[in-house]
Amino acid sequence: MLGRTANDLYWLARYVERAENMARLIEVGYRIVLLPRDGEGAHEEWRSTLASAGCAQGFFDKHETLSTRDVINYLLFDCSNPSSVKSCLAAARRNGRAQRTSLTRDMWESLNAAWIEFSAIKPESVTAGELPRILDWVRSRSALYRGAMLNTILRNDTFFFMQLGTFLERADNTSRILDVKYYVLLPHVEMVGSGIDAVQWAAILRSVSAHRSYRWVYKENYKPWRIAEYLILNQAMPRSLRSCYEQIGVTLDDLAEYYGDQHACHGTATGTRQRLAKGNIDNIFQSGLHEFIEDFISRNNRLGNEVADAYHFNG
Amino acid sequence: MYGSGEGVRPPYHAVAEWLGTQALGDLRQKLADAETMFRRTGITFAVYGSEDTSERLIPFDIIPRIISAAEWRKLAAGIEQRVRALNAFMFDIYHRQEIIRAGKVPEELIVSNSAFVPEMMGVSVPLGIYSHIIGIDIVRTGESDFFVLEDNTRTPSGVSYMLENRETMMHMFPDLFARNRVAPVENYPENLLKTLESVAPTGLKGEPTIALLTPGQFNSAYYEHSFLADQMGVELVEGRDLAVIDGYLQMKTTQGPRRIDVLYRRIDDDFLDPLVFRSDSVLGVPGLFDLYRAGRVTIVNAPGGGIADDKAIYSYIPKIIKFYTGRAPILQNVPTYNCRKADDLKYVLEHLPELVVKEVHGSGGYGMLVGPTASSSEIEAFRAKLTANPSNYIAQPTLALSTSPTMVETGVAPRHLDLRPFVLVGDEVRMTAGGLTRVAMRAGSLVVNSSQGGGTKDTWVLQD
Amino acid sequence: MLISIGHVTRYTYGLPASCSVHTLRLTPPSFEGQKVLSWRVEMPEIAGAVQYRDAFGNVSHLVSIPRSYDEISIIARGVVETKDKSGLVRGLMEAAPVRIFLRETPKTAPDSNIRALVADVAQADPIDRMHDLMRLVGERVEYAVGTTTASTSAAEALRVGRGVCQDHAHVFISAARLMGFPARYVSGYFLTGDVLGSEAQHAWAEVYINGLGWLGFDPANQICPTESYIRLGCGLDSLSAAPITGNRTGGGNENLDVFVEVQQQSSAQQQ
Repeated sequence: MLGRTANDLYWLARYVERAENMARLIEVGYRIVLLPRDGEGAHEEWRSTLASAGCAQGFFDKHETLSTRDVINYLLFDCSNPSSVKSCLAAARRNGRAQRTSLTRDMWESLNAAWIEFSAIKPESVTAGELPRILDWVRSRSALYRGAMLNTILRNDTFFFMQLGTFLERADNTSRILDVKYYVLLPHVEMVGSGIDAVQWAAILRSVSAHRSYRWVYKENYKPWRIAEYLILNQAMPRSLRSCYEQIGVTLDDLAEYYGDQHACHGTATGTRQRLAKGNIDNIFQSGLHEFIEDFISRNNRLGNEVADAYHFNG
Repeated sequence: MYGSGEGVRPPYHAVAEWLGTQALGDLRQKLADAETMFRRTGITFAVYGSEDTSERLIPFDIIPRIISAAEWRKLAAGIEQRVRALNAFMFDIYHRQEIIRAGKVPEELIVSNSAFVPEMMGVSVPLGIYSHIIGIDIVRTGESDFFVLEDNTRTPSGVSYMLENRETMMHMFPDLFARNRVAPVENYPENLLKTLESVAPTGLKGEPTIALLTPGQFNSAYYEHSFLADQMGVELVEGRDLAVIDGYLQMKTTQGPRRIDVLYRRIDDDFLDPLVFRSDSVLGVPGLFDLYRAGRVTIVNAPGGGIADDKAIYSYIPKIIKFYTGRAPILQNVPTYNCRKADDLKYVLEHLPELVVKEVHGSGGYGMLVGPTASSSEIEAFRAKLTANPSNYIAQPTLALSTSPTMVETGVAPRHLDLRPFVLVGDEVRMTAGGLTRVAMRAGSLVVNSSQGGGTKDTWVLQD
Repeated sequence: MLISIGHVTRYTYGLPASCSVHTLRLTPPSFEGQKVLSWRVEMPEIAGAVQYRDAFGNVSHLVSIPRSYDEISIIARGVVETKDKSGLVRGLMEAAPVRIFLRETPKTAPDSNIRALVADVAQADPIDRMHDLMRLVGERVEYAVGTTTASTSAAEALRVGRGVCQDHAHVFISAARLMGFPARYVSGYFLTGDVLGSEAQHAWAEVYINGLGWLGFDPANQICPTESYIRLGCGLDSLSAAPITGNRTGGGNENLDVFVEVQQQSSAQQQ
C-alpha cells in the first residue's frame, strides 16, 4: 500500500469520527444554552464548547462576540473552520475519492451520499427546530459509514489504518472534553450539590453519549470522580480513553503481524495502554487530573506522529 | 437505426420491438434510476471552464446502439490493420525514418511538429510498441460506410463508461440481454493487464509490478483512473508517490520503496519528467525518462505517440498504412483539407459554411468550427483565426452521421452518434467488441464530445 | 595533442537538500579527432548510476541520492588525445537522423533580427556561407560576461548584442537552421592557456553540410574547432546538451562553483 494511501485512509476515518463528535458537542452545548439561567449570558457555555472542539481561536479570529447562531454556523457549516462538520465531511469524501479503490462500494456510497445530502443544506434556512434533526442525521451518517466499513471491508492494512484514525481521533476528542471541563470534576466544596454541577456533569456524559450507560454501570447519581473514572479508565465504555487504547493496541498488533515489523509507535501505544489499564482514579486525582490529561493528550499526539513516520504517510 | 429504405435495419429488430412495448413514463423512470446509480458510484466528469468545475454526470442514454456481427468483423479487421500500421509508423519515426526517406511523408511535418518528441529518438521500447492503448473514433454515414474520424494514440479515455454503461444496462434490463446475444465487454480490464504485463522491460525476471499514474482526483478522468486500477488490482499512484531510487522507479509504500516495472500513465508527455519536459511539472517524476531510455521501466503509452494522431498527419494515414502493411486501408479516412497547403486553404475559406474546421493539436471538441450550425459572425471570427495561422487547422466535409433512437425531453428521437472502440496492442492485438458510443444530445448537432454536452450509450455487438 | 581535464562542479545549499536526481552528460566520446585515453566521473552514489545513450548519442548517467546533504561535488577528469581535423567531426556514433537537428526549440526560435542576420549572409558555397555566418554572429554579439544568463534565448542574445559562448552558439544554430542546415549545440572544453576558472568550459556549434558531414564552428573564437577543443556532448540547444541537470527537494538557496582545469601534457607525462 502507498504511504499516501495509508495517510488518506487514516485521515478519512479521523474526519468521519470528528464530524460525529462535533455534532454531539453542538447538541450538548445547545441543550445547556436553552436552559433558563441568570447572570452572565448563557452564551458563555459556548466558550467551553468551542474550546472542547478545538475551535475557539478560529472562532474569535472571525467573531468578536458569542452568539448561538454564529457558533452553530461556525461549527456546522463554516468551510474556513477545518473542523466544522461540513469541512470534515468534505475532507472525508475527498480522501475517500482519492482512495476510491481501497473502499468498498458500500463505504463509498455512504460517504458520497453523506456529502451530497449535507452540502444541499442551506445554513441560512436552518431553524432552531431543525437543528436536532440535522445533528442526529450527522451521527447516523457516521454510524452508517462505520457500519458499512465493519460489514464489508477486508481485515487488512486498509482496515487497520482506518481503525487507528478512528480511535486516535476518539481518544483525542474525549481527552479534550476532559481537558476543558476537568474543573467541574474536581471536588470544590462550595459547588458540590448545586444544580449547575449536575447539569455540567450530565453535559460531559452526553457529549460522549454516556449519560444513560453511566447509570447502568454505577447504579448511582452522578459523582464527579466516577464520571472521570468512567471516561478515562472504564474498558467497557466505547469512548473512554482506555477503550480507545485497547482498540489502538489490538490494531497496532495486527499491523505488526501483517507487515512483520514493529516501530516506535508500538512502544508508545503499549506504554499508554498499560498506564490506563493499571490506572486508579484516586491516584490520578492525587497527582493532578489536569496534569494527567495534558500528559495523555501529548502522548496521543506523539503516537499519531510516530504512526505517520513508521508507515511513510508522507512518502 | 433506420436504413436507406423504409423500416428498421435487421440488427435493431429485437430492440425496436422491445422499445415499442415500453411506456415512455417507465423509460423515463429507468433513466432517472440510472442517473442515481451513476451519481452514487461517483462516475462523474469534470468539465474545464464550466461554472461548476467540480463534477458533472455525462448524460447516459438507455437505448443501446447496435452493431451486427458482420459489421463488427469488418470494423475489427480495419482497426487491427490501422493500429499495427500506427505502431510501425511510430517505431520508424523514432528510428531511421524510412518513410521520410521514401518521400511518403514530408520531413517538416515530422521534424517541426510539436507532437514529435526528439528525445524519443532511438529508444528501444519493448516489443517495438509505442501506443498500447488506442481509441479509434469511427463514424458511419451509410449502411456500409464507416469512416475513421480520428485516432487517439496518446491517452484515450472513456473505457470506464463503456464498462459501466453495460453494467447499468444489465442491472436495469436483464430481460433485454436474455433476448439478444450481446458480445461481452467485461474482459477489458483483464486484457489491459495482460497487455501491460507483456511489455515489461526486457530481461525482467518474475512478475512485473504495474502501476497506474494519475494526475490526481481533480483530473476530469480520475474516476476512470481509479476504476481501471481497481479492476486490474494495481496501485493508483501520483507523481509524489514515486521516485528514482537505486536506479529504478519506485513507489513509496507503507513498508518503504517498491519497484515499478510498467507505468500506465494517464498524464501528458509534457508532465512526465521535469528534467526532460516541462520543468515546472509536479505531476511526474524527475529522472523517469532517463530510466525509460535505459530500459528500466516501460511507459505506457510511450511518450511522443502524439505524432501518430496529429491532425496534420491524419491525411497521410492511408499512405502510412500502405507503406507499412503493403495493403490498401480497410477503413477509410474522412477527406481532409490541410490548411497549410495553399490550395486546400483557398478551398476551405470559400466553403467555410459547409465544413468542419479543427485545430491541428486540439482535442475534446474545443476550438472547432461546425460550419452548417455556426452563425455568420462565428464563421467570420473563425475565418480571421484561420487566415492568421493556416497551418494550425484542418477541415473536413460535414458528414451525414448515422443516428440512433435516443431518449430526449420530447420522447424518443433520432440523434447523431459516433463510436470509439478501444484496442490493446501488446504481445497480441486485443479488442473488446463494441466500444464507447457517444451521442449528440441536441437535435441536429454533430458534436458528440462529452465536454460539449454529448452523452453515451451502451454499445452492443450482436453475436451470430 | 595530449590534454588533461579536471572539471569540478560544486553545489552548496542554504538548507539540506534531499532526494535529488542528476543527469550527467559528462563523458566525452572517441572519434576521428579525439581519443579518450582515460576518463572518470566521481560523485556520491555514482556506483549505482544508470548509464544509457541519449537521443543525440551522448553517454549519460542518471544518479539518484536518496539522503539529505548540504554540499555535493561532481568531478569529471581524464586525459584525451586530440588531432586537428579542421573542425570536421567524423567517426562519431550518430544516434538520430541528421534532419532532427533542423528542429526549432524555444531557445533557438528565430525572430526578425535573426531573419535579418540570415539575409545579410553573403556567399554561395555552403561552407563559405557558414563561415560568413560565424563572422556575422561574432560581430553582432559582443563577448561579455554577465549580460545574459543560462536561460537567455538566441533571439534575446542577438537583441542585446552581448553574450557568452552559449549565446553565440544559439544565435548561430538558429540562423543556420533557418538557412536549411541541420545544426547542433556542442558542449566541451577549450585549452585556453589560463590555468584555473570556468572559462575553459566551452560551447560551440556543428553544422551538417551535405557531402561533407558535421563541421564545427566556434563563433565565440571565430574559428573551426582545432586540436585545442575537447568535445563532450551535443543536443538541440544548451538544455538538451547540458553536461549536468538535476532536480532536488529542499535545499533553499543554491550556490554553484565550477572549476575547470585544461592542460596540455607532454607525452612524458602520459598515464
